[in-house]
Amino acid sequence: MSQVSLPQHAGAIETIWHYLFIFICAVVFLFLIAPILVIIPLSFNSEPYFTFTSDMLALKPSAFSMRWYEDFMAKEIWQRSIGNSFFIATFATLLATTLGTIAALGLSRSEMPYKGIVMGLLISPMIVPLVITAAGIFFFYAVMNEYIPLTGTYLGIILAHAVLGTPFVVITVTATLSGFDHSLTRAGAMLGANPTTVFFKIIMPLILPGVISGALFAFVTSFDEVVVVLFVASVEQQTIPRQMWAGIRESISPTILAVATILICISIMLLATVEILRRRSEKLRGMSPG
Amino acid sequence: MSESLTTVDGRPLKAALASAERSKRIRAVLLVLPLFLFIFFSFLYPIALMLYRSVENPLIAQHMPNTLAVLEQWNGEEVPGEEAFAALAKDLVTARESREIGKVATRLNFETPGLRSVITGSARSAGRWEPPYKEKFLDRRKEWGELETWVTIKRLGPTITAVNYLAAVDRQYDVNGDIVQVGEDYRIYVDLFMRTMWMSIMVTVACLILGFPISYLLASLPLRHSNLLMILVLLPFWTSLLVRTTSWIVLLQTQGVLNDIMVWSGLIDNAQRIQLIFNAQGTVIAMTQILLPFMVLPLYSVMKTISPSYLRAAESLGAHRFLAFWRIYVPNTLPGIGAGCLLVFILAIGYYITPALVGGQDGQMISNMIAFHMQKSLNWGLAAALGGILLAGVIVLYWLYNKLVGIDRLQMG
Repeated sequence: MSQVSLPQHAGAIETIWHYLFIFICAVVFLFLIAPILVIIPLSFNSEPYFTFTSDMLALKPSAFSMRWYEDFMAKEIWQRSIGNSFFIATFATLLATTLGTIAALGLSRSEMPYKGIVMGLLISPMIVPLVITAAGIFFFYAVMNEYIPLTGTYLGIILAHAVLGTPFVVITVTATLSGFDHSLTRAGAMLGANPTTVFFKIIMPLILPGVISGALFAFVTSFDEVVVVLFVASVEQQTIPRQMWAGIRESISPTILAVATILICISIMLLATVEILRRRSEKLRGMSPG
Repeated sequence: MSESLTTVDGRPLKAALASAERSKRIRAVLLVLPLFLFIFFSFLYPIALMLYRSVENPLIAQHMPNTLAVLEQWNGEEVPGEEAFAALAKDLVTARESREIGKVATRLNFETPGLRSVITGSARSAGRWEPPYKEKFLDRRKEWGELETWVTIKRLGPTITAVNYLAAVDRQYDVNGDIVQVGEDYRIYVDLFMRTMWMSIMVTVACLILGFPISYLLASLPLRHSNLLMILVLLPFWTSLLVRTTSWIVLLQTQGVLNDIMVWSGLIDNAQRIQLIFNAQGTVIAMTQILLPFMVLPLYSVMKTISPSYLRAAESLGAHRFLAFWRIYVPNTLPGIGAGCLLVFILAIGYYITPALVGGQDGQMISNMIAFHMQKSLNWGLAAALGGILLAGVIVLYWLYNKLVGIDRLQMG
């Protein structure tokens, strides 16, 4: 029996309180989700307004159009931004996931010395305010440019985004490894597998859900990042968030709402993937009944 | 007896164990090393570089060596003599020839507003002048007859300086080298730090008030239902920050959806639409929604572990439902409340994007000022000092979080 259901013997005050509680929760959920959902219908507005026209509320077909999506498809800058965002996020994710997974394997071993401090340092890019990170990277790249061009290059952005993504990979993979039975690797080794085979045949399949979740987090982090891009990228590395940022600050056009709707659809797909993986992982490790 | 314990090949067991342990430890370290080096070089070192920026000050020492040498002996009580002016003329002319005069003027101008034109103007004229220089300088710009100008130059002489940190807390050195508050019109940073703290506290409290009931609901519902509702918490978490900020602009602006609803329902008149965004209030609303999942997730995971039988026990011992909730359930959720509040506060205090887009005039936070000095005023030393103070605060909170909650229990969905 759940705690929130109303007992049979509840008095008037408790009944009122119970419905009030449900109402409060509904309002909070609305507060969480409404801002996201309200954008979707507005992106089909045929007028350049950011609010529902009376024709839209009357559900007249003429009030709806795809013009902002067409605008998005037609503008070269948006196309380039989306290409850049995917390119940068993909390579940043690859780098972050590789380094993060290997490090998580070491961190989850009981023999690892100074585990707390090392873990704290490796997670810190997630905690340190982005402006500080971006400023530090700006100064660092200015020094490094003499040896290897980093300011205003794809490499520079990819490295910085990989830094921001690694904490997520470390956290999710160490979490998956927390229930990991280390006798499995010993069993594999005893049966004659070399460490590489053990890794790919035994460890990897078990931690894969964690690795993929971490990778998706790292991908989203890079895909949504704008501060580092503002500080060290050039116009050539224009990304979707950077273009949205400019759009919101300068001339807010409903095209942004169309882009936002597309991004929401991407988020929904990513969230669904991560949820499926999480449940699979919990099932694999016997942590959840269903 | 213990001597006789050996491995098959005759080594003492203790040594064999130690070497096995050591090789295991080395293997663990080797796994972590690549990421550690990566983070060290592309994150920790850059931040150290930024902190160094906040105290380094090579410009004046490099370009005004003669003036500084003369000022070394100066008592600071009256305008220095001809010797100082001659040195100044020499330095300004050299700096102008090497095209560095603009940087020198800008640096001095950060410290004492108005000095930029004094320096560049005098440098232009000084090339044509013959000694004695003092009157010509004083004729050219009256600022050369003011103590403050000379104090500023002398103060910026050392290559390692605290002036940026002093400026970041609205302080400066006066003529006598004592630390004093800057003029009333220039005191902005302490207020800004205070406002940043205050807004972060508001966001944290709002997140707790809104997050507690829904976490309770999620923790008490059967898993099948709570998983569905959990999606409503996680979807905002996965949605782009810029998308969410855009939605708040759409919802809250004066011609926006919320105002439209209020006008349509007759709550307010069309003429008196409420300014809900582009101010501090709009920033707090948007940030609360954006950070709410970081409160709900730790609260939920703690509440999930509280057995409902505690409450039933309290009730069967005679406590009223509400009293039992307050005395038994709430204290058990304290670890979750602590974890959620700390996390939300840490994230809120360094927020940049949302205040920049919806903050308007009075909703700006310290990160926005850092970005301003990095990108617009180009006063990098001050930006670094403001960043250093913010970073110190965040590190203390992070340490506290690690102590109370444990960094490995940080979770994201």
